[in-house]
Amino acid sequence: MSNAAKLVMMANQIARNFAVQGEDKAVAETARHILDFWDPRMKAQLFSCGEADLSPLAARAVARLRTKEEGVSGRSG
Amino acid sequence: MAYERQADFGTPEVRSETSVTLSIDGRSVTVPAGTSVMRAAAEAGGTIPKLCATDNLKAFGSCRLCLIEVEGMRGTPASCTTIAAEGMVVKTQTPRLEKLRRGVMELYISDHPLDCLTCSANNDCELQDAAAQVGLRDVRYGYEGASHLGRKPDVSNPYFLFAPDKCIACSRCVRACDEVQGTFALTMDGRGFASRISAGQADDTFLSSECVSCGACVQACPTSALMEKSVKQHGKPERAVVTTCAYCGVGCTFRAEMRGEQLVRMVPWKDGKANHGHSCVKGRFAWGYANHKDRITSPMIRESIDEPWREVSWEEALAFTAGRLKAIRDQYGARALGGITSSRCTNEETYLVQKLVRAGFGSNNVDTCARVCHSPTGYGLKTTFGTSAGTQDFDSVMDADVILVIGANPTDAHPVFGSRIKQRLRQGAKLIVIDPRRIDLVKSPHVRAEHHLALQPGTNVAVLTAMAHVIVTEGLVADAFVGERCETDAFEDWARFVSDAKHSPEVLEAVTHVPAERLRAAARLYATGGNGAIYYGLGVTEHSQGSSTVMAIANLAMATGNVGRPGVGVNPLRGQNNVQGSCDMGSFPHELPGYRHIHDVETRALFEADWGVSLDTEPGLRIPNMLDAAVDGTFRALYVQGEDILQSDPDTHHVAAGLAAMDCVIVHDLFLNETANYAHVFLPGSTFLEKDGTFTNAERRIQLVRKVMEPANGMADWEVTQALANAMGLGWTYTHPREVMDEIARLTPSFTGVSHARLDAEGSLQWPVNAAHPDGSPIMHADGFVRGKGHFVVTDYVPTDEKTGPRFPLLLTTGRILSQYNVGAQTRRTENTVWHGEDALEIHPVDAENRGVKDGDWVRLASRTGETTLRATVTDRVAPGVVYTTFHHPETQANVVTTDYSDWATNCPEYKVTAVQVTPSNGPSDWQADYAAQAARSRRIEAEPAA
Repeated sequence: MSNAAKLVMMANQIARNFAVQGEDKAVAETARHILDFWDPRMKAQLFSCGEADLSPLAARAVARLRTKEEGVSGRSG
Repeated sequence: MAYERQADFGTPEVRSETSVTLSIDGRSVTVPAGTSVMRAAAEAGGTIPKLCATDNLKAFGSCRLCLIEVEGMRGTPASCTTIAAEGMVVKTQTPRLEKLRRGVMELYISDHPLDCLTCSANNDCELQDAAAQVGLRDVRYGYEGASHLGRKPDVSNPYFLFAPDKCIACSRCVRACDEVQGTFALTMDGRGFASRISAGQADDTFLSSECVSCGACVQACPTSALMEKSVKQHGKPERAVVTTCAYCGVGCTFRAEMRGEQLVRMVPWKDGKANHGHSCVKGRFAWGYANHKDRITSPMIRESIDEPWREVSWEEALAFTAGRLKAIRDQYGARALGGITSSRCTNEETYLVQKLVRAGFGSNNVDTCARVCHSPTGYGLKTTFGTSAGTQDFDSVMDADVILVIGANPTDAHPVFGSRIKQRLRQGAKLIVIDPRRIDLVKSPHVRAEHHLALQPGTNVAVLTAMAHVIVTEGLVADAFVGERCETDAFEDWARFVSDAKHSPEVLEAVTHVPAERLRAAARLYATGGNGAIYYGLGVTEHSQGSSTVMAIANLAMATGNVGRPGVGVNPLRGQNNVQGSCDMGSFPHELPGYRHIHDVETRALFEADWGVSLDTEPGLRIPNMLDAAVDGTFRALYVQGEDILQSDPDTHHVAAGLAAMDCVIVHDLFLNETANYAHVFLPGSTFLEKDGTFTNAERRIQLVRKVMEPANGMADWEVTQALANAMGLGWTYTHPREVMDEIARLTPSFTGVSHARLDAEGSLQWPVNAAHPDGSPIMHADGFVRGKGHFVVTDYVPTDEKTGPRFPLLLTTGRILSQYNVGAQTRRTENTVWHGEDALEIHPVDAENRGVKDGDWVRLASRTGETTLRATVTDRVAPGVVYTTFHHPETQANVVTTDYSDWATNCPEYKVTAVQVTPSNGPSDWQADYAAQAARSRRIEAEPAA
């Protein structure tokens, strides 16, 4: 599995585990999780992968990260 | 300290709110009610002669040596079984007592070899002491009659021998095996003169018996009947240093008993708060690796991994290493460099490695072996409770009424605590085991699990959700606790979720394979059985839903009010000695020491000011991400201290590819481990016997590690890291690890009150130790959760992507056993190999028969990732459809089979679920042969040029 494919799988896996919290919250939590735990090159590579293989939740989270929507940037731990 | 035996008060300490005052030989003594007269006399500084009594065993009253006279009482009762009473007047030395004791001693000595001068217990023998105390001058019976002299010793155990002619039949060894260890391997066979100690059945030796070689019997023996072979070899120790074991996360303290720089034996320290004087085969005996011939003590370098190693001076090795690291940083940037801290090294060493990576390399690419074991614990408990640690001290288990063990095998992996659990179970506590395998706790002498939920691997979350369903729908929630201590909205969301009929045990039975009625009964018992304590291990964390399972466990504990007092709690059983500490010390790539996120501006500023550098503001790479990035070419250099990722991490082929892609791999270790096959620099490490510092065990207990001998390589590990930092231009000036701890305390709120001086004075401290908790914190969340209100998290069961099918129909789960430790780098280099010389595959008889496999046959174990071969052990200990092996031996490389699927939140590998096929085989696979050849090539060391 390529590194990019693995990152897509990881993003989908995160989103799947947050899905039970409802769509909006799951999107926010997925984005926050990637922001808090992923190295910049992983984020950049994920952003460059396109949405084709991302689940809808993960795709929304990635879109939110790209545009740094509502309060997910620069948060403290 | 000069060598002397540990004080022995004869009978166990009694805790009581009331006390009694009595007179012993004219001295007034006040002791807790229930204390024996023997102990009262000892606490007052006196010594009543004794042989069958020792203070970690219940009074036995058989040797008739500790007799006393009590005013108003007839006869001469044994002081060990006589309880001190208010106003009691006791005499321990009278003409009558003298005569009686001498008579008793005469009988003992008449059947004892008088070879004191050549006996390995000479001058360190309780029988010798007792003879002196009673003034024995003559033996009227002579030595010619029937005796036990001349009986052959049992030397089968690699570490101790049993000499029956030295045995005085006091039963201390039998009682130690029963009461302390809980194995019940020893018995007193026969009666009267025919009495003899027997290990196992009549034709057994110690080695072939059920004995687990914990050493409790050896420690209990008052003579040299049971004696360490190392004492026989080296002689009586001359000094003793209290230090902390470097094996599992129990954190036993030992006295390293020395003669010169020779370690004579490790004896568990009675005052150790984690182990209370008990030990296991690893900590007690398996220290021979420290001087093993394989140990490398000189630095080595090579330009490329195809070349042989070249021994060089420290100066050359450090200059070569720093030069490479700087060149890579200049060319590829700071984020191309990283490091891995070791959970086997001290807090101070771990702290320095992460400081070197952050402040010296300039990245946050630091991770630790907790990545592959308890990283989900950090995530899960921080999310629910607010802190990344277990809630209890080990002593808490003695107040538990229901003990729930999930995904852990304490009698193998945390044996001293496993014995403690057994002690509590024998007192009547109930046990629930959730595990695919029938671990020893399920059924062992005098211990029987109330419920064993033998779930399908990978379904932990489903089982815990079903238990929660029962607790909520049957009205078993601790409403007052939840209402007062937890977030209401989150609880209601969770309760609504688990109440759904689709989460009932009956519906989920199809997934979990756990009978619904049994699961309901277990849930009811945990919720209503009194104090409920959960202990868990890597069978929880090493799954694609490891973090979810930790949170599901925390949910159960909160819902039933089982948090914040003795006897309850959520307790991760940490695998390695300093997993807790390495995590505390900032070894994760997103957190600075004290679990503070790298995004936190204030925390970052604190460290930047103290260290005088600017820190990378973004999280770094985790170990698996480092390897992925290495294959991609963006990660080029790795400093690995005390970890063997090639053997321990999943998907060996991928790990090898990642390592091979790097320009500079620095292995800092005792041995040329498997990872070193891909290294360019080898920095020799030091053992725990050769350095000062601290370890933090699974109960957050910080304990001193004390140097007992000089490092064979010339430098302790913290000094090596400092030398590398200085070669990089950092200018560190630590002169002792205590100065590192002072820095940690200065920068880490939970360690504010910790110092080596205080640890030396108090023995240990459990963090947090700060203004709010000046004496430390044995029990956490007592007055409220660290995060404020407890946070319930809805944990949806998400099946793993690793599926069985026609090609790979079985599920492999991996683990470890008592005598070996993780990758075996240490224990494989001791005589522990007598118990486990190779990894074997446990397979159910039905699965074996279907494949034509018999016990002991070679089998091929294959997954989608890779294959290896090993011998089969046919056993119903595993369920049909499940196979199990260990990962202790590089010849097997079990991780060539495991996948790189991992926990969704932390990337902790899913070691516990791999779809495999098992087929008969003729012997090692081609891959194993190739690997062995490559490893041999890689370990070549260039011969020194002729002078």
